[in-house]
Amino acid sequence: MLEKALSGSNRYWAWIFFLLAVIGVGCLAYMKQLNEGLGITGLSRDVSWGLYIGQFTFLVGVAASAVMLVIPYYLHDFKKFGKIVILGEFLAVSAVIMCVLFIMADMGQPMRVANILLHPTPGSIVFWDVVVLNGYLLLNLIIGWTTLGADRKGVRPPDWVKPLIYLSIPWAVSIHTVTAFLYAGIPGRHFWLTAVMAARFLASAFAGGPALLILLALLVRKFSKFDPGTEAIQAIGKIVTYAMFANVFLLGLEFFTAFYSNIPGHMHPFHYLYAGIDGHTKLVPLMWLSSILAVVALAILVFPHLRRNENILAFACVALFSSLWIDKGFGLIIGGFVPNMFEGITEYWPTMLETLITMGVWAIGFLLLTVLYKVAIAVREDDTAVEH
Amino acid sequence: MSMNRRQFLKLASASTILGVGAASVINNISKGSLEAAQIHPDPRALKGKRWGFVVDVSKLTTEEDYQKCMNACHDIHNVPSNPNPRHEVKWIWKDTYEHTFPNTAEDKIMNKELQEKNFLLFCNHCAQPACVRVCPTKATFKRESDGVVMQDMHRCIGCRFCMAACPFGARSFNYTDPRPNIKVENKEFPTRMIGVVEKCTACYERLAIGQQPACAEASNGAIVFGDLEDPNSEVRKLISEKYTIRRKPELGTQPSIYYVIGGGEHA
Amino acid sequence: MYNSGKIIAGLVVFLVLAMLPFLLNLGKANAKIEPSIDTPEINAMPQKHCVEPKAFMRSEHMQLLNNWRDQVVRNGNRIYVGSDGKEYAISLQNTCMKCHSNKKDFCDKCHNYMAVKPYCWGCHIAPKEKKA
Repeated sequence: MLEKALSGSNRYWAWIFFLLAVIGVGCLAYMKQLNEGLGITGLSRDVSWGLYIGQFTFLVGVAASAVMLVIPYYLHDFKKFGKIVILGEFLAVSAVIMCVLFIMADMGQPMRVANILLHPTPGSIVFWDVVVLNGYLLLNLIIGWTTLGADRKGVRPPDWVKPLIYLSIPWAVSIHTVTAFLYAGIPGRHFWLTAVMAARFLASAFAGGPALLILLALLVRKFSKFDPGTEAIQAIGKIVTYAMFANVFLLGLEFFTAFYSNIPGHMHPFHYLYAGIDGHTKLVPLMWLSSILAVVALAILVFPHLRRNENILAFACVALFSSLWIDKGFGLIIGGFVPNMFEGITEYWPTMLETLITMGVWAIGFLLLTVLYKVAIAVREDDTAVEH
Repeated sequence: MSMNRRQFLKLASASTILGVGAASVINNISKGSLEAAQIHPDPRALKGKRWGFVVDVSKLTTEEDYQKCMNACHDIHNVPSNPNPRHEVKWIWKDTYEHTFPNTAEDKIMNKELQEKNFLLFCNHCAQPACVRVCPTKATFKRESDGVVMQDMHRCIGCRFCMAACPFGARSFNYTDPRPNIKVENKEFPTRMIGVVEKCTACYERLAIGQQPACAEASNGAIVFGDLEDPNSEVRKLISEKYTIRRKPELGTQPSIYYVIGGGEHA
Repeated sequence: MYNSGKIIAGLVVFLVLAMLPFLLNLGKANAKIEPSIDTPEINAMPQKHCVEPKAFMRSEHMQLLNNWRDQVVRNGNRIYVGSDGKEYAISLQNTCMKCHSNKKDFCDKCHNYMAVKPYCWGCHIAPKEKKA
């Protein structure tokens, strides 16, 4: 089926080559990082995780969001999702691969990552993250490819796919819970030491991932003959709305606990992120932008007649996705490291090289997504699909 | 031979996996040419069940007193002096009371002398270390024999999870090549390379040949090293006679550095 | 055969690429590599021997070093009893390189020939090369 990705319009190839160019630049920047060390990034002794790990954290959420399509369609027979499930599964594949690449980009000694498998440490959350992420990648690849292949031949998928699909549901929840545990179990950092971390992660995942999926579905409909279905898009819109409300509510809970308890260690990260401390205000504009975008997105999404207008819905999804990207892909990480363990302030901002490497990984993800979607669309356009 | 491409590919990959798997199993079974009986510890090694420190900063008065302890450690361990503060690598350093015990920062009416005192900070070699819990490769591990929290530079993959987990900021990462920043190399101890985490390792190489940690030796009694589980050790005597506090004890990591508060006649 | 021109051309290209290492090294002298043990420390020894016999060290020195690394760093064992019954302090810098202080003529000779780049020396300080 991969050969379907090798034929396309000029616009398709222009997009592919653009992505390859971005990847090339990213690779060159990464070579510099391999040779000189992570010192080329904006990281420091106090802020030892930054953009790479933030992107990884955010993308695990996007990957987990496929479950928001799988549950209604496979568990509850919500037939309207029939055409769009494959798009969700392939988005999950692309997102997980980006996660793995971001982790690799962040390693000080990437050639030694095999040590995680050679010396397994079940007490370490990173170990479990490696296990569940790779398992999820395998699951989605197998499920997506098999169901699509069956579609192409005009038959039902084989029976052995069903248990794998059911497995992918708790597994999706697990990948994001395990990632949340990376933060929620660390004793010294009050910004992260909260029981609702996993709940926040899941809520923001089920808002941000499906929001991206809506945008991708609209793009697919615009650039091909494949229509994922207006009703499917509207249903996802409802999921995004409820999930985002849950996410904002949980964030509000965090604010309450920090400020009503009045414990300095709890309040200081919020002070730094949203007001700045002692003149250190680098992240303040970004965090407020994230909050404003979230409010704007919710204000639109809460009204069904606004959601039904697909242009307005797209705008809301862009605002929502950007808001979550800032909050989870950046603010969450930095808030854990500033102030540092001595209540001092060392700020963080990514460098140009760090940004180029990050863009390179995103380009790899989009390239994968493009290829997989091209295959899925080509199969569906052939119209030998099983009636859903 | 009527085998289609798909069947051939399946057969080829199955045989490759089986072949490689069998080869590696046979390889691993026939290893082990060296026996454990050939290796043993140095008889001079200091023996203790849980190594700890008592730090009495009332005995450190001049800037030179602090520098002596820090230089003793950083010199023999080839710790680089990085000009860029973001990439600083330090195993032992000096900081204010407010930074050492941040939970007390809001207190403005405390003892002035103590508030203005500088402390020496280094790895606490906790009994329940958070860093060890999170390390995915056991590159940092706690020696069960004596409680030293070690760092295996060969195995570290540089993920820096330990740096996130340490509540005491005791760990440094090699963001750049340390060698250009090492003023004078100690040829008898290795350096580190880019991409690994490092920290105080309780001078395990000195303990192994019966010597005290370098900082303790250079501190003129300000840093006392000993076995916290030996009721007759000097550290236990100091802890029972003076009022001591540890950094962030409420987090449960059970740090092994006891800071004497008051000192002198304020026992 | 369909597309015979393309296939045969492709096969030729593949053959050339696969034989490139051999083609590039045609005619180069293949002197036998003899690492030198001519150092003041070794010359001063009454009986010249290493912690283990030469044949063992040549084939297994990396396995020995890996074992030593784990024993010292992870298990705290620092004394190695050689097959000759003598005790040695386990240390690359302070034992091995004390005698083999000519890294360029000893370690590097074979490693360069085999195109092996052990990264031990990134951390373990190599002895300074002495002028001959």
